[in-house]
Amino acid sequence: MTTRRFLPVATMTLLLVAVWYAGALWLNAPQAEEALVRAAKPWGWTDLLAQAYGMKRPILPTPDQVAVELWNSLTGTTPTSPRNLLFHAWVTAEAALTGLAMGLALGTLLAVGIVHTRTLEYSLLPWVIASQTIPILAIAPMIVVILGNLGLTGLLPKAVICMYLCFFPITVGMVKGLRAADPLWLDLMRTYSAGGLRSFWSLRLPASLPFLFASLKVSVAISVVGAIVGELPTGGQAGLGARLLSGSYYGQTVQIWSALVMASLLSVLLIGVVRTVELALLGKAGAR
Amino acid sequence: MTGHHTADPYRTTLRTAADWGLVALVLIVLAALTLPLGAKDGVALGWFGGSLAPLFLIGVALAVIGGRTAPSRPLGAWVELAAVALAWLLPLHLLDEEIDLSAGWGLWLFLTAATLLLWRVLGTLSGVPGWTRSVLVPGLFGLGLLAGWEVLVRGFQVPAILLPAPSRIAAALAANAPVLWDDFGQTVLTAVVRGYLMGCGAGFAVALLADRVPFLARGLLPLGNLASAIPVVGIAPIMVMWFGFDWPSKAAVIVVMTFFPMLINTLAGLDSSERIQLDLMRSYGAGHARTLVKLRLPNALPFLFNGLKINSTLALIGAIVAEFFGTPVVGMGFRISTEVARMNLDIVWATIAVAALTGSGFYGGLALLERLTTAWHPSMRER
Repeated sequence: MTTRRFLPVATMTLLLVAVWYAGALWLNAPQAEEALVRAAKPWGWTDLLAQAYGMKRPILPTPDQVAVELWNSLTGTTPTSPRNLLFHAWVTAEAALTGLAMGLALGTLLAVGIVHTRTLEYSLLPWVIASQTIPILAIAPMIVVILGNLGLTGLLPKAVICMYLCFFPITVGMVKGLRAADPLWLDLMRTYSAGGLRSFWSLRLPASLPFLFASLKVSVAISVVGAIVGELPTGGQAGLGARLLSGSYYGQTVQIWSALVMASLLSVLLIGVVRTVELALLGKAGAR
Repeated sequence: MTGHHTADPYRTTLRTAADWGLVALVLIVLAALTLPLGAKDGVALGWFGGSLAPLFLIGVALAVIGGRTAPSRPLGAWVELAAVALAWLLPLHLLDEEIDLSAGWGLWLFLTAATLLLWRVLGTLSGVPGWTRSVLVPGLFGLGLLAGWEVLVRGFQVPAILLPAPSRIAAALAANAPVLWDDFGQTVLTAVVRGYLMGCGAGFAVALLADRVPFLARGLLPLGNLASAIPVVGIAPIMVMWFGFDWPSKAAVIVVMTFFPMLINTLAGLDSSERIQLDLMRSYGAGHARTLVKLRLPNALPFLFNGLKINSTLALIGAIVAEFFGTPVVGMGFRISTEVARMNLDIVWATIAVAALTGSGFYGGLALLERLTTAWHPSMRER
């Protein structure tokens, strides 16, 4: 199975890298040519290549430039310095995780309410779905400003945005999960004369865990997106979003790309953590 | 599984002797009557201090009594709904009379009772299957939220900079309609529609290709899954740099954002046909193209619509976020970021309302189209 997938994935990745290099040459060549003409020295193909792939502010940086910039900004300074990308990643991760925790609490609460109250199911669930058709990321600056007026700055406004994005998959997943308990088991609980509360804790909640983790993996990814967009309007002090913004102001393409790669790594890492917890927890429960 | 107690209708117990929920509401209202209604010119105003409040009170009481004596519960619920509406009109009337409600604890207690009554009404109506349950109940819930927002914001005089009342947002919407229409045209009609069509079309086309060449599918799927994990919206500044400030950069962001969800969903949909159906097609001697058009694409429709729905939200987000990084002086993202900076929050909220309506309308339209085209599909059966 792994060998069957390895070859196609490797081919696609190689193709992607090749296209990237070709694209970098194509996009950067006019600028590079201009620079070479300005130098007023005879130049050939190799000079053009070297110039296009070694520009300080290329239109499209090459993968190796991004990798070098990433490595330098990770190891060049201490992890607590604002020049280090790890510091910014941590700021973003902090907001994303706080938002995720808040979203988890809100989402679970709503799901429990919806599962247990018919009125809530019919009146609230449609609005939960409608809430996600609103482009919340677009209102992110608004939320930052409003909460700023209330005296809340820093972490919390970003976390609120993340929470709004996170609670939806969790609510939907948990509503499904809390109803996923086998009717036979529910009957068994009744023969034990277990009350609603008891069968909730001992049966419904454990039965919903696989659904919860599936939702969490989605939530954690969009939480990172929320945190990054939440950092855009704050004026760009810290965080990966701020790096994106300042990179775009000063035309530092390499900085933008390295922040982007860092954000992807952060996202993949957090999903990996969720998956590890899932395997450990569900493995123990004997679900898989 | 909800608690339907099947009580014997001919036996009266303490539990069935009276509608205890309503008794509790009446007690709350009686308590509310002892507290002030509000203040006029700094002087506390009671319930019977010369305002029209007693008239509202009589109306509410009559409606509740009418609801109780109605021949059926759902019918009674509709009459009780009139009581709720009347109760919520009272603060609006008092605000028009320029009465300060922020200290009117009697009124707020009264409104709490009205909200609980609304909850009871919704509980009754949730038991009526069909349109009542699927459209009216959420609609009334939303209307209740809107009324609560309006009354709370105006009653407690929340500064508009924090949260304007819905009526103010509506006024801003009407006053700035031409500007907002231009923004809508630039962001939605130009950038979103083009980017969405290109992105979804490209995802669909590549999925069809990958379906023909399994090697491609096996290579692209893991990349697609990776792409769903990474914050694609971060490419917005790069695209603005490459394609300039006008719509092409926004469309480019949307294309990149929507490509992989469409690809993954189409591939999953094409895989969803069953072995036995494919065998049947082969026994008919149908080739690849024929099987695709007659069997696999129709079967894939629910997955295609899933991808299209996800992408409808993503496309709006992509366009608006990309506008934060630079636009011509028109567009919803531009409007939001500049008017926030100028503290013109009415216009910002009006833009947000437009965005919300666009997003819901886009999604709702797709859901309706899905209902029309996939009504025969097994996934629609249990509704």
